[in-house]
Amino acid sequence: MKTKIFPIFLIITFSIIFYVFYKGLQNSNIYTPEIKSEIKIPSFEAKEFFSKDNVNSDQIFIGSEYYLLNIWASWCIPCKEEHKYLMDLSKKENIKIIGQNYKDNFVNAKNFLIKLDNPYDLIFSDNDGTIAIEWGAYGVPESFLIKNNQIIKKIIGPLNEKLFSEIKELTQ
Amino acid sequence: MNILKLLITVIFLINFFSSDLKAKNLGTEITKNLRCLICQGQSVYDSDSEFANSLKILVEKKLDDGLNEKQIYDYLKNKYGDWILYDPGFNKNTYFLWLLPILMFVFGGAIILRKVILKKKKL
Repeated sequence: MKTKIFPIFLIITFSIIFYVFYKGLQNSNIYTPEIKSEIKIPSFEAKEFFSKDNVNSDQIFIGSEYYLLNIWASWCIPCKEEHKYLMDLSKKENIKIIGQNYKDNFVNAKNFLIKLDNPYDLIFSDNDGTIAIEWGAYGVPESFLIKNNQIIKKIIGPLNEKLFSEIKELTQ
Repeated sequence: MNILKLLITVIFLINFFSSDLKAKNLGTEITKNLRCLICQGQSVYDSDSEFANSLKILVEKKLDDGLNEKQIYDYLKNKYGDWILYDPGFNKNTYFLWLLPILMFVFGGAIILRKVILKKKKL
């Protein structure tokens, strides 16, 4: 009796282990911590992209309008993919798109905008990437939907069809 | 007079180097305890990713602003959550994590103790 129970037990144990690991294979191995929604936007000072004038965050995000802060760089390939969605969003009246140029070369960034068109109402530079950390961002591209100085939605990675319609719905 | 000058120079240099060293060490100490969030498995100190490099600059900036170690950890925890720290604080999410080794130790100890007692009884 004892000799029969043992192999069965072994097989069951190994199938459970196999199942758990197999499931785990499909999971993303990049852990992103839960994001507390409705958090206040950080305050910071930056340089405007074209004029190099100092701009303060309170001068950028004013009133109760919707803002989409998009962190981008010319060297970032997914940024090119999401560009068409930003162009579409820029045609909407009730949402302003703010660009944060992340660790970029000015000439390359300018060429990027000339080539693909400029969806941004305002761009500021983040040359050492510290402003991105103020936002709690990981890298490029990343977008934040903002209303009343609160982050309503944080998007890590490029925009896609689904996120695009989600933003449209949220800003109705 | 010359000796006095030399003495002042030496004191100045010692102060200068020791203070600089201290500041550098604290920045290093902090970044060693921060997890690089995009290159997981590495600390910010070890990593050369864009994110880690920015974070190193930021930590130095915050130290210059006069923040202490704990304030910097709190600041980053606020932005990225507990996950950014290699040494997570003791809170309701980490009770299990912190108490598990003690629990295992107690449990293992109990098993060993029981065996020893049983053996003694047999003898």
